[in-house]
Amino acid sequence: MTLIDKDIIAKKRNGRQSKNTILKWLFFLCTMFGLIVLIMLIVDTLMDGWSRLNLDFLTSFNSSRAEQAGFFGAIIGSLWLMLVTAPVAIILSIGTALYLEEYAPKNKFTEFIKINISNLAGVPSVVFGLLGLAMFARALQLGNSVLAAGLTLALMILPVIVVASQEAIRTVPASVREASIGMGATKWQTVSRIILPAAIPGIVTGVILALSRALGETAPLVVIGVPTTLLVTPSSVLDSFQAMPMQIYSWVKMPNEEFQYVAAAGIIVMLVVLLLMNSAAIFIRNKFSKRY
Amino acid sequence: MTELKNINVKENTVGSQVTTKDSPIIQTNKEVVFEAKNFNLWYGDNHALQDINLTFHENDINAIIGPSGCGKSTFVKSMNRMTELVPIVRTEGSIDFRGDDIFTSGMSVEELRTRVGMVFQKPNPFPKSIYDNVAYGPRVHGIKKKSILDEVVEKSLRGASIWDEVKDRLNDNAYGLSGGQQQRICIARTLAVEPEVILMDEPTSALDPISTTKIEDLMQEIKKDYSIIIVTHNMQQAARVSDRTSFFYQGYVVESDDTKVIFENPSDKRTEDYVSGRFG
Repeated sequence: MTLIDKDIIAKKRNGRQSKNTILKWLFFLCTMFGLIVLIMLIVDTLMDGWSRLNLDFLTSFNSSRAEQAGFFGAIIGSLWLMLVTAPVAIILSIGTALYLEEYAPKNKFTEFIKINISNLAGVPSVVFGLLGLAMFARALQLGNSVLAAGLTLALMILPVIVVASQEAIRTVPASVREASIGMGATKWQTVSRIILPAAIPGIVTGVILALSRALGETAPLVVIGVPTTLLVTPSSVLDSFQAMPMQIYSWVKMPNEEFQYVAAAGIIVMLVVLLLMNSAAIFIRNKFSKRY
Repeated sequence: MTELKNINVKENTVGSQVTTKDSPIIQTNKEVVFEAKNFNLWYGDNHALQDINLTFHENDINAIIGPSGCGKSTFVKSMNRMTELVPIVRTEGSIDFRGDDIFTSGMSVEELRTRVGMVFQKPNPFPKSIYDNVAYGPRVHGIKKKSILDEVVEKSLRGASIWDEVKDRLNDNAYGLSGGQQQRICIARTLAVEPEVILMDEPTSALDPISTTKIEDLMQEIKKDYSIIIVTHNMQQAARVSDRTSFFYQGYVVESDDTKVIFENPSDKRTEDYVSGRFG
Protein backbone atom coordinates (compact mmCIF):
# COMPACT_ATOMS: atom_id res chain seq x y z
CA MET A 1 0.00 0.00 0.00
CA THR A 2 1.65 3.23 -1.06
CA LEU A 3 0.79 6.51 0.57
CA ILE A 4 0.44 8.28 -2.75
CA ASP A 5 -2.31 7.18 -5.09
CA LYS A 6 -0.91 7.38 -8.63
CA ASP A 7 -4.40 7.48 -10.20
CA ILE A 8 -5.39 10.62 -8.34
CA ILE A 9 -2.14 12.25 -9.34
CA ALA A 10 -2.74 11.39 -12.97
CA LYS A 11 -6.28 12.72 -12.81
CA LYS A 12 -5.20 16.03 -11.33
CA ARG A 13 -2.27 16.54 -13.64
CA ASN A 14 -4.31 17.92 -16.55
CA GLY A 15 -6.01 20.41 -14.29
CA ARG A 16 -2.74 21.67 -12.90
CA GLN A 17 -1.20 22.00 -16.31
CA SER A 18 -4.08 23.91 -17.89
CA LYS A 19 -4.26 26.24 -14.92
CA ASN A 20 -0.59 26.95 -15.49
CA THR A 21 -1.18 27.77 -19.16
CA ILE A 22 -4.22 29.95 -18.47
CA LEU A 23 -2.38 32.01 -15.91
CA LYS A 24 0.57 32.46 -18.22
CA TRP A 25 -1.68 34.01 -20.87
CA LEU A 26 -3.54 36.07 -18.30
CA PHE A 27 -0.31 37.66 -17.15
CA PHE A 28 0.71 38.20 -20.73
CA LEU A 29 -2.55 40.07 -21.38
CA CYS A 30 -1.94 42.24 -18.31
CA THR A 31 1.41 43.22 -19.76
CA MET A 32 -0.07 43.87 -23.18
CA PHE A 33 -2.82 46.07 -21.78
CA GLY A 34 -0.41 48.71 -20.55
CA LEU A 35 1.71 48.46 -23.63
CA ILE A 36 -1.21 48.80 -26.05
CA VAL A 37 -2.65 51.80 -24.25
CA LEU A 38 0.76 53.45 -24.31
CA ILE A 39 1.22 52.76 -28.01
CA MET A 40 -2.25 54.12 -28.79
CA LEU A 41 -1.46 57.24 -26.83
CA ILE A 42 1.80 57.79 -28.64
CA VAL A 43 0.30 57.08 -32.07
CA ASP A 44 -2.61 59.45 -31.37
CA THR A 45 -0.23 62.18 -30.23
CA LEU A 46 2.05 61.66 -33.19
CA MET A 47 -0.88 61.90 -35.61
CA ASP A 48 -2.12 65.09 -33.99
CA GLY A 49 1.23 66.75 -33.59
CA TRP A 50 3.19 65.61 -36.60
CA SER A 51 1.89 68.41 -38.88
CA ARG A 52 3.05 71.06 -36.41
CA LEU A 53 6.42 69.54 -35.74
CA ASN A 54 8.99 71.55 -37.66
CA LEU A 55 11.95 73.82 -37.15
CA ASP A 56 9.73 76.87 -36.70
CA PHE A 57 7.96 75.19 -33.83
CA LEU A 58 11.25 74.59 -32.08
CA THR A 59 12.68 78.05 -32.68
CA SER A 60 9.80 80.45 -32.17
CA PHE A 61 8.14 81.79 -29.07
CA ASN A 62 4.60 81.09 -28.01
CA SER A 63 1.82 83.08 -29.62
CA SER A 64 -1.89 83.58 -29.14
CA ARG A 65 -2.34 82.42 -32.69
CA ALA A 66 -2.14 78.68 -32.95
CA GLU A 67 -0.36 78.57 -36.30
CA GLN A 68 2.47 80.72 -34.96
CA ALA A 69 2.78 79.24 -31.49
CA GLY A 70 6.26 77.79 -30.83
CA PHE A 71 8.01 75.85 -28.13
CA PHE A 72 11.33 77.74 -27.99
CA GLY A 73 10.73 79.63 -24.77
CA ALA A 74 9.56 76.49 -22.98
CA ILE A 75 12.53 74.41 -24.13
CA ILE A 76 15.05 77.01 -23.03
CA GLY A 77 13.12 77.61 -19.79
CA SER A 78 13.14 73.90 -18.95
CA LEU A 79 16.88 73.81 -19.56
CA TRP A 80 17.34 76.71 -17.15
CA LEU A 81 15.17 74.91 -14.67
CA MET A 82 17.35 71.80 -14.85
CA LEU A 83 20.43 73.98 -14.43
CA VAL A 84 19.18 74.89 -10.97
CA THR A 85 17.47 71.63 -10.04
CA ALA A 86 20.23 69.24 -11.03
CA PRO A 87 23.20 70.58 -9.03
CA VAL A 88 21.13 71.37 -5.94
CA ALA A 89 19.42 67.98 -5.92
CA ILE A 90 22.57 66.02 -6.75
CA ILE A 91 24.80 67.60 -4.12
CA LEU A 92 22.23 67.51 -1.33
CA SER A 93 21.04 64.01 -1.99
CA ILE A 94 24.41 62.32 -2.46
CA GLY A 95 25.60 64.03 0.71
CA THR A 96 22.53 62.79 2.55
CA ALA A 97 22.87 59.26 1.22
CA LEU A 98 26.56 59.10 2.15
CA TYR A 99 25.87 60.37 5.63
CA LEU A 100 23.02 57.95 6.22
CA GLU A 101 24.83 54.91 4.86
CA GLU A 102 28.41 55.56 5.89
CA TYR A 103 28.62 57.96 8.78
CA ALA A 104 25.38 57.97 10.74
CA PRO A 105 25.36 55.83 13.88
CA LYS A 106 23.13 52.81 13.45
CA ASN A 107 20.36 53.74 15.86
CA LYS A 108 16.61 54.36 16.02
CA PHE A 109 16.98 57.99 15.02
CA THR A 110 18.86 57.14 11.83
CA GLU A 111 16.25 54.51 11.03
CA PHE A 112 13.55 57.12 11.60
CA ILE A 113 15.20 59.51 9.15
CA LYS A 114 15.63 56.76 6.55
CA ILE A 115 11.98 55.76 6.76
CA ASN A 116 10.85 59.34 6.45
CA ILE A 117 13.00 60.01 3.43
CA SER A 118 11.39 57.02 1.74
CA ASN A 119 8.02 58.45 2.73
CA LEU A 120 8.91 61.85 1.31
CA ALA A 121 9.51 60.20 -2.05
CA GLY A 122 5.81 59.41 -2.08
CA VAL A 123 4.53 62.91 -1.28
CA PRO A 124 2.43 64.31 -4.18
CA SER A 125 4.16 66.92 -6.29
CA VAL A 126 1.45 69.50 -5.71
CA VAL A 127 2.35 69.47 -2.01
CA PHE A 128 5.94 70.27 -2.90
CA GLY A 129 4.56 73.03 -5.11
CA LEU A 130 2.75 74.55 -2.15
CA LEU A 131 5.91 74.29 -0.07
CA GLY A 132 7.87 76.02 -2.83
CA LEU A 133 5.24 78.72 -3.10
CA ALA A 134 5.31 79.42 0.62
CA MET A 135 9.04 79.12 1.13
CA PHE A 136 10.82 80.20 -2.04
CA ALA A 137 8.27 82.28 -3.92
CA ARG A 138 6.81 84.12 -0.92
CA ALA A 139 9.10 83.95 2.12
CA LEU A 140 12.33 84.32 0.18
CA GLN A 141 10.66 86.66 -2.33
CA LEU A 142 11.89 84.73 -5.33
CA GLY A 143 8.48 84.96 -7.04
CA ASN A 144 7.98 82.73 -10.06
CA SER A 145 11.66 82.78 -10.97
CA VAL A 146 13.81 79.93 -12.28
CA LEU A 147 15.43 79.74 -8.85
CA ALA A 148 12.15 79.32 -6.94
CA ALA A 149 10.84 76.64 -9.29
CA GLY A 150 14.22 74.94 -9.59
CA LEU A 151 14.64 74.69 -5.83
CA THR A 152 11.10 73.37 -5.47
CA LEU A 153 11.70 70.65 -8.04
CA ALA A 154 15.05 69.87 -6.41
CA LEU A 155 13.28 69.32 -3.10
CA MET A 156 10.73 67.15 -4.84
CA ILE A 157 13.27 64.78 -6.41
CA LEU A 158 15.66 64.89 -3.46
CA PRO A 159 14.18 61.86 -1.67
CA VAL A 160 14.09 59.88 -4.91
CA ILE A 161 17.80 60.42 -5.52
CA VAL A 162 18.63 59.82 -1.87
CA VAL A 163 16.91 56.44 -1.94
CA ALA A 164 18.52 55.47 -5.26
CA SER A 165 21.95 56.56 -4.00
CA GLN A 166 21.50 54.69 -0.73
CA GLU A 167 20.74 51.54 -2.68
CA ALA A 168 23.75 52.04 -4.92
CA ILE A 169 26.01 52.61 -1.91
CA ARG A 170 24.64 49.53 -0.20
CA THR A 171 25.57 47.33 -3.14
CA VAL A 172 29.26 47.95 -2.43
CA PRO A 173 30.11 44.86 -0.40
CA ALA A 174 31.23 45.20 3.20
CA SER A 175 34.33 43.13 2.44
CA VAL A 176 35.72 45.80 0.11
CA ARG A 177 35.02 48.50 2.68
CA GLU A 178 36.82 46.46 5.34
CA ALA A 179 39.78 45.99 3.04
CA SER A 180 40.17 49.74 2.69
CA ILE A 181 39.58 50.55 6.35
CA GLY A 182 41.90 47.68 7.29
CA MET A 183 44.78 49.32 5.46
CA GLY A 184 44.58 52.42 7.55
CA ALA A 185 42.50 54.46 5.11
CA THR A 186 40.21 57.02 6.70
CA LYS A 187 36.47 56.96 6.22
CA TRP A 188 36.60 59.70 3.63
CA GLN A 189 39.39 58.00 1.69
CA THR A 190 37.33 54.82 1.67
CA VAL A 191 34.24 56.72 0.56
CA SER A 192 35.93 58.78 -2.13
CA ARG A 193 38.25 56.11 -3.55
CA ILE A 194 36.27 52.92 -3.18
CA ILE A 195 32.62 53.44 -2.43
CA LEU A 196 31.71 56.38 -4.65
CA PRO A 197 33.44 55.06 -7.78
CA ALA A 198 31.65 51.75 -7.32
CA ALA A 199 28.30 53.37 -6.57
CA ILE A 200 28.41 56.10 -9.23
CA PRO A 201 26.64 54.16 -11.99
CA GLY A 202 23.68 53.48 -9.70
CA ILE A 203 23.65 57.04 -8.46
CA VAL A 204 23.79 58.51 -11.96
CA THR A 205 20.94 56.27 -13.07
CA GLY A 206 18.85 57.48 -10.15
CA VAL A 207 19.75 61.11 -10.84
CA ILE A 208 18.76 60.93 -14.51
CA LEU A 209 15.47 59.20 -13.77
CA ALA A 210 14.68 61.77 -11.08
CA LEU A 211 15.61 64.68 -13.34
CA SER A 212 13.40 63.35 -16.10
CA ARG A 213 10.57 63.24 -13.60
CA ALA A 214 11.30 66.84 -12.60
CA LEU A 215 11.39 67.87 -16.25
CA GLY A 216 7.90 66.55 -16.89
CA GLU A 217 6.38 67.76 -13.64
CA THR A 218 3.55 70.30 -14.00
CA ALA A 219 1.77 70.65 -10.67
CA PRO A 220 4.48 72.52 -8.72
CA LEU A 221 4.90 74.93 -11.62
CA VAL A 222 1.17 75.61 -11.70
CA VAL A 223 1.18 76.33 -7.98
CA ILE A 224 4.16 78.64 -8.20
CA GLY A 225 2.52 80.40 -11.11
CA VAL A 226 4.96 79.91 -13.92
CA PRO A 227 3.88 82.06 -16.88
CA THR A 228 2.94 80.55 -20.22
CA THR A 229 3.39 83.41 -22.60
CA LEU A 230 6.73 85.13 -22.36
CA LEU A 231 8.56 86.49 -25.33
CA VAL A 232 12.01 86.39 -23.75
CA THR A 233 14.18 83.65 -22.38
CA PRO A 234 15.55 84.15 -18.87
CA SER A 235 18.96 85.75 -18.57
CA SER A 236 19.50 84.87 -14.93
CA VAL A 237 18.06 82.44 -12.41
CA LEU A 238 16.03 85.28 -10.89
CA ASP A 239 14.04 85.84 -14.09
CA SER A 240 10.66 84.44 -14.97
CA PHE A 241 10.61 81.55 -17.38
CA GLN A 242 8.42 79.10 -19.22
CA ALA A 243 8.60 75.34 -18.99
CA MET A 244 7.66 72.53 -21.34
CA PRO A 245 4.98 70.75 -19.28
CA MET A 246 3.45 74.07 -18.25
CA GLN A 247 3.33 75.23 -21.85
CA ILE A 248 1.64 72.04 -22.98
CA TYR A 249 -0.87 72.34 -20.16
CA SER A 250 -1.74 75.88 -21.19
CA TRP A 251 -2.19 74.91 -24.84
CA VAL A 252 -4.48 72.05 -23.94
CA LYS A 253 -6.67 74.48 -21.99
CA MET A 254 -7.07 76.81 -24.96
CA PRO A 255 -10.60 76.96 -26.42
CA ASN A 256 -9.26 77.16 -29.97
CA GLU A 257 -9.10 73.58 -31.24
CA GLU A 258 -6.04 74.33 -33.32
CA PHE A 259 -4.02 74.46 -30.12
CA GLN A 260 -4.62 70.73 -29.53
CA TYR A 261 -2.24 70.04 -32.38
CA VAL A 262 0.29 72.47 -31.01
CA ALA A 263 0.05 70.74 -27.63
CA ALA A 264 0.54 67.36 -29.30
CA ALA A 265 3.70 68.62 -30.99
CA GLY A 266 4.93 69.88 -27.62
CA ILE A 267 4.23 66.50 -26.05
CA ILE A 268 6.24 64.78 -28.78
CA VAL A 269 9.24 67.05 -28.14
CA MET A 270 9.03 66.49 -24.41
CA LEU A 271 8.61 62.72 -24.80
CA VAL A 272 11.66 62.56 -27.02
CA VAL A 273 13.71 64.41 -24.40
CA LEU A 274 12.43 62.16 -21.60
CA LEU A 275 12.95 58.96 -23.57
CA LEU A 276 16.49 60.05 -24.38
CA MET A 277 17.18 60.71 -20.72
CA ASN A 278 15.73 57.37 -19.65
CA SER A 279 17.68 55.55 -22.32
CA ALA A 280 20.84 57.21 -21.08
CA ALA A 281 20.03 56.01 -17.57
CA ILE A 282 19.48 52.44 -18.74
CA PHE A 283 22.65 52.55 -20.83
CA ILE A 284 24.71 53.77 -17.89
CA ARG A 285 23.24 51.20 -15.57
CA ASN A 286 23.95 48.30 -17.91
CA LYS A 287 27.30 49.47 -19.12
CA PHE A 288 29.01 50.68 -15.98
CA SER A 289 27.44 48.94 -13.04
CA LYS A 290 29.92 46.60 -11.37
CA ARG A 291 29.16 43.07 -10.39
CA TYR A 292 30.87 41.60 -7.38
CA MET B 1 33.23 27.01 34.48
CA THR B 2 35.71 26.78 37.35
CA GLU B 3 37.64 24.24 35.43
CA LEU B 4 37.95 26.60 32.50
CA LYS B 5 39.14 29.43 34.70
CA ASN B 6 41.84 27.20 36.10
CA ILE B 7 43.05 26.39 32.68
CA ASN B 8 43.23 30.04 31.89
CA VAL B 9 45.44 30.67 34.87
CA LYS B 10 47.77 27.99 33.71
CA GLU B 11 47.65 29.39 30.22
CA ASN B 12 48.94 32.69 31.53
CA THR B 13 52.26 31.17 32.31
CA VAL B 14 52.39 29.08 29.19
CA GLY B 15 51.26 31.89 26.94
CA SER B 16 53.91 34.30 28.09
CA GLN B 17 56.47 31.66 27.31
CA VAL B 18 58.16 31.60 30.64
CA THR B 19 57.90 27.87 30.63
CA THR B 20 57.70 26.01 27.41
CA LYS B 21 57.81 22.54 28.76
CA ASP B 22 58.82 19.75 26.43
CA SER B 23 59.39 22.32 23.80
CA PRO B 24 62.24 21.70 21.44
CA ILE B 25 62.38 25.34 20.39
CA ILE B 26 63.07 27.68 23.26
CA GLN B 27 62.02 31.16 22.29
CA THR B 28 63.52 33.68 24.59
CA ASN B 29 65.10 36.56 22.75
CA LYS B 30 62.31 37.38 20.31
CA GLU B 31 60.60 40.66 20.92
CA VAL B 32 56.96 40.70 21.96
CA VAL B 33 54.73 42.39 19.38
CA PHE B 34 51.28 41.73 20.74
CA GLU B 35 50.16 40.97 24.24
CA ALA B 36 46.55 40.55 25.30
CA LYS B 37 45.92 41.02 29.00
CA ASN B 38 42.62 39.89 30.47
CA PHE B 39 40.94 40.88 27.26
CA ASN B 40 37.15 40.55 27.18
CA LEU B 41 34.76 41.32 24.37
CA TRP B 42 30.98 41.42 24.19
CA TYR B 43 28.65 41.54 21.21
CA GLY B 44 25.74 43.10 23.00
CA ASP B 45 25.05 40.59 25.76
CA ASN B 46 27.07 37.82 24.17
CA HIS B 47 30.38 37.47 26.00
CA ALA B 48 32.40 36.37 22.97
CA LEU B 49 35.93 36.59 24.35
CA GLN B 50 36.67 35.89 28.00
CA ASP B 51 39.85 36.77 29.84
CA ILE B 52 42.18 36.29 26.92
CA ASN B 53 45.86 36.34 27.87
CA LEU B 54 48.16 35.72 24.94
CA THR B 55 51.56 36.86 23.76
CA PHE B 56 52.80 36.97 20.17
CA HIS B 57 56.44 37.32 19.21
CA GLU B 58 58.22 38.88 16.30
CA ASN B 59 58.82 36.77 13.18
CA ASP B 60 56.64 33.97 14.45
CA ILE B 61 53.74 32.47 12.61
CA ASN B 62 51.08 32.18 15.26
CA ALA B 63 48.12 29.99 14.47
CA ILE B 64 44.80 30.38 16.22
CA ILE B 65 42.62 27.31 15.94
CA GLY B 66 39.28 26.27 17.35
CA PRO B 67 35.78 25.25 16.36
CA SER B 68 33.33 27.65 14.68
CA GLY B 69 32.09 30.39 16.94
CA CYS B 70 34.95 30.06 19.43
CA GLY B 71 35.94 33.68 18.99
CA LYS B 72 39.16 33.25 17.03
CA SER B 73 38.21 35.63 14.21
CA THR B 74 36.82 38.11 16.69
CA PHE B 75 40.08 38.09 18.58
CA VAL B 76 42.18 38.72 15.48
CA LYS B 77 39.87 41.49 14.38
CA SER B 78 40.25 43.07 17.80
CA MET B 79 43.98 43.37 17.25
CA ASN B 80 43.57 46.04 14.57
CA ARG B 81 40.32 47.27 16.03
CA MET B 82 38.23 46.09 13.08
CA THR B 83 35.69 44.85 15.59
CA GLU B 84 34.79 48.46 16.17
CA LEU B 85 32.96 48.47 12.84
CA VAL B 86 30.28 46.48 14.66
CA PRO B 87 28.48 49.09 16.76
CA ILE B 88 27.38 46.81 19.61
CA VAL B 89 30.89 45.64 20.49
CA ARG B 90 32.25 46.45 23.95
CA THR B 91 35.70 45.50 25.27
CA GLU B 92 37.52 45.30 28.57
CA GLY B 93 41.13 44.60 29.41
CA SER B 94 43.93 45.52 27.07
CA ILE B 95 45.80 44.46 23.98
CA ASP B 96 49.29 45.90 23.86
CA PHE B 97 51.00 46.42 20.55
CA ARG B 98 54.73 46.90 21.16
CA GLY B 99 53.97 47.81 24.73
CA ASP B 100 51.18 50.32 24.15
CA ASP B 101 47.54 49.52 24.68
CA ILE B 102 45.84 49.84 21.29
CA PHE B 103 42.64 51.05 22.90
CA THR B 104 43.95 53.76 25.20
CA SER B 105 47.47 54.72 24.19
CA GLY B 106 46.33 57.45 21.83
CA MET B 107 47.61 55.68 18.74
CA SER B 108 45.14 56.52 15.99
CA VAL B 109 43.20 53.65 14.54
CA GLU B 110 44.56 54.55 11.11
CA GLU B 111 48.15 54.21 12.35
CA LEU B 112 47.37 50.92 14.06
CA ARG B 113 45.81 49.48 10.92
CA THR B 114 48.76 50.67 8.87
CA ARG B 115 51.22 48.89 11.16
CA VAL B 116 48.99 45.85 11.62
CA GLY B 117 47.76 44.71 8.22
CA MET B 118 44.99 42.25 7.57
CA VAL B 119 44.17 39.61 5.01
CA PHE B 120 40.57 38.53 5.00
CA GLN B 121 38.76 35.25 4.66
CA LYS B 122 37.32 35.87 1.22
CA PRO B 123 39.59 37.48 -1.35
CA ASN B 124 38.36 41.07 -1.44
CA PRO B 125 40.26 43.00 -4.08
CA PHE B 126 38.94 46.41 -5.01
CA PRO B 127 37.13 46.65 -8.33
CA LYS B 128 40.22 48.27 -9.78
CA SER B 129 43.26 47.23 -11.77
CA ILE B 130 45.87 44.96 -10.20
CA TYR B 131 48.27 47.90 -10.06
CA ASP B 132 45.75 50.20 -8.38
CA ASN B 133 44.87 47.51 -5.87
CA VAL B 134 48.45 47.16 -4.69
CA ALA B 135 49.16 50.89 -4.92
CA TYR B 136 46.04 51.68 -2.91
CA GLY B 137 47.67 51.57 0.51
CA PRO B 138 50.71 53.71 -0.38
CA ARG B 139 48.43 56.19 -2.15
CA VAL B 140 46.14 56.39 0.85
CA HIS B 141 49.20 57.27 2.89
CA GLY B 142 50.09 60.08 0.56
CA ILE B 143 52.64 58.57 -1.80
CA LYS B 144 52.01 59.95 -5.27
CA LYS B 145 55.28 59.59 -7.12
CA LYS B 146 54.89 57.12 -9.96
CA SER B 147 58.43 55.78 -9.73
CA ILE B 148 58.06 54.94 -6.02
CA LEU B 149 54.62 53.41 -6.57
CA ASP B 150 55.95 51.30 -9.45
CA GLU B 151 58.69 49.99 -7.23
CA VAL B 152 56.37 49.28 -4.30
CA VAL B 153 53.91 47.47 -6.55
CA GLU B 154 56.59 45.26 -8.05
CA LYS B 155 58.21 44.52 -4.70
CA SER B 156 54.87 43.69 -3.07
CA LEU B 157 53.72 41.49 -5.93
CA ARG B 158 57.05 39.67 -5.85
CA GLY B 159 56.68 39.40 -2.09
CA ALA B 160 53.32 37.75 -2.57
CA SER B 161 54.76 35.39 -5.23
CA ILE B 162 52.44 36.57 -7.93
CA TRP B 163 54.61 38.99 -9.89
CA ASP B 164 55.40 36.53 -12.67
CA GLU B 165 51.74 35.70 -13.15
CA VAL B 166 50.50 39.26 -13.44
CA LYS B 167 53.44 41.41 -14.52
CA ASP B 168 52.15 41.65 -18.09
CA ARG B 169 48.64 42.65 -17.12
CA LEU B 170 48.98 45.04 -14.24
CA ASN B 171 46.26 47.22 -15.71
CA ASP B 172 43.69 44.44 -15.92
CA ASN B 173 40.91 44.36 -13.39
CA ALA B 174 41.78 42.26 -10.37
CA TYR B 175 38.36 40.60 -10.61
CA GLY B 176 39.50 38.73 -13.69
CA LEU B 177 41.97 36.69 -11.64
CA SER B 178 41.29 33.33 -10.01
CA GLY B 179 40.39 33.18 -6.33
CA GLY B 180 43.88 32.11 -5.33
CA GLN B 181 45.48 34.85 -7.37
CA GLN B 182 43.05 37.40 -5.95
CA GLN B 183 44.03 36.36 -2.44
CA ARG B 184 47.70 36.78 -3.26
CA ILE B 185 46.91 40.22 -4.70
CA CYS B 186 45.25 40.99 -1.37
CA ILE B 187 48.39 39.83 0.43
CA ALA B 188 50.51 41.98 -1.88
CA ARG B 189 48.19 44.89 -1.16
CA THR B 190 48.76 44.36 2.55
CA LEU B 191 52.53 44.06 2.10
CA ALA B 192 52.59 47.31 0.14
CA VAL B 193 52.07 49.39 3.26
CA GLU B 194 54.93 47.51 4.95
CA PRO B 195 53.13 46.56 8.16
CA GLU B 196 54.88 45.01 11.14
CA VAL B 197 52.24 42.38 11.77
CA ILE B 198 49.94 40.64 9.32
CA LEU B 199 46.68 39.27 10.60
CA MET B 200 45.20 36.56 8.44
CA ASP B 201 41.63 35.54 9.01
CA GLU B 202 41.27 32.10 7.43
CA PRO B 203 43.05 33.30 4.31
CA THR B 204 42.80 30.00 2.47
CA SER B 205 39.36 28.78 3.45
CA ALA B 206 37.88 29.91 0.12
CA LEU B 207 40.73 28.51 -1.96
CA ASP B 208 41.64 25.28 -3.69
CA PRO B 209 44.51 23.10 -2.39
CA ILE B 210 47.09 24.35 -4.89
CA SER B 211 46.41 27.99 -4.12
CA THR B 212 46.46 27.11 -0.44
CA THR B 213 49.91 25.58 -0.76
CA LYS B 214 51.15 28.67 -2.56
CA ILE B 215 49.92 30.91 0.22
CA GLU B 216 51.40 28.67 2.90
CA ASP B 217 54.78 28.74 1.15
CA LEU B 218 54.45 32.47 0.88
CA MET B 219 53.89 32.77 4.62
CA GLN B 220 57.12 30.91 5.29
CA GLU B 221 58.94 33.30 3.00
CA ILE B 222 57.62 36.50 4.49
CA LYS B 223 57.87 35.51 8.14
CA LYS B 224 61.45 36.74 8.30
CA ASP B 225 60.17 40.28 7.81
CA TYR B 226 56.78 40.09 9.41
CA SER B 227 55.00 38.62 12.37
CA ILE B 228 52.00 36.64 11.25
CA ILE B 229 48.91 35.74 13.19
CA ILE B 230 46.69 33.37 11.27
CA VAL B 231 43.27 32.13 12.14
CA THR B 232 42.57 28.79 10.58
CA HIS B 233 39.88 26.20 10.52
CA ASN B 234 42.27 23.73 9.13
CA MET B 235 44.34 21.94 11.77
CA GLN B 236 46.75 20.46 9.26
CA GLN B 237 47.43 23.96 8.08
CA ALA B 238 48.19 25.14 11.60
CA ALA B 239 50.49 22.16 12.09
CA ARG B 240 52.23 22.77 8.78
CA VAL B 241 52.86 26.47 8.89
CA SER B 242 52.90 27.79 12.42
CA ASP B 243 55.51 28.10 15.15
CA ARG B 244 53.02 28.69 17.91
CA THR B 245 49.41 27.59 18.20
CA SER B 246 46.63 28.81 20.46
CA PHE B 247 43.49 26.77 20.87
CA PHE B 248 40.31 28.77 21.42
CA TYR B 249 37.16 27.17 22.71
CA GLN B 250 33.88 28.93 23.53
CA GLY B 251 35.56 32.29 23.96
CA TYR B 252 38.46 31.07 26.10
CA VAL B 253 42.04 30.28 25.30
CA VAL B 254 42.30 26.68 26.37
CA GLU B 255 45.94 26.21 25.55
CA SER B 256 48.72 28.09 23.83
CA ASP B 257 52.12 26.63 23.15
CA ASP B 258 54.61 25.67 20.51
CA THR B 259 52.76 24.10 17.63
CA LYS B 260 54.61 20.82 18.10
CA VAL B 261 53.46 20.62 21.71
CA ILE B 262 49.87 21.45 20.90
CA PHE B 263 49.68 18.77 18.26
CA GLU B 264 51.79 16.08 19.82
CA ASN B 265 51.58 16.52 23.53
CA PRO B 266 48.75 18.86 24.51
CA SER B 267 48.14 19.27 28.21
CA ASP B 268 44.38 19.75 27.97
CA LYS B 269 41.99 16.99 27.07
CA ARG B 270 39.88 19.30 24.87
CA THR B 271 42.90 20.40 22.87
CA GLU B 272 43.80 16.80 22.30
CA ASP B 273 40.24 15.95 21.25
CA TYR B 274 40.13 18.89 18.87
CA VAL B 275 43.50 18.44 17.20
CA SER B 276 42.88 14.74 16.78
CA GLY B 277 39.59 15.54 15.05
CA ARG B 278 37.24 14.15 17.65
CA PHE B 279 35.12 17.31 17.57
CA GLY B 280 34.99 20.71 15.89
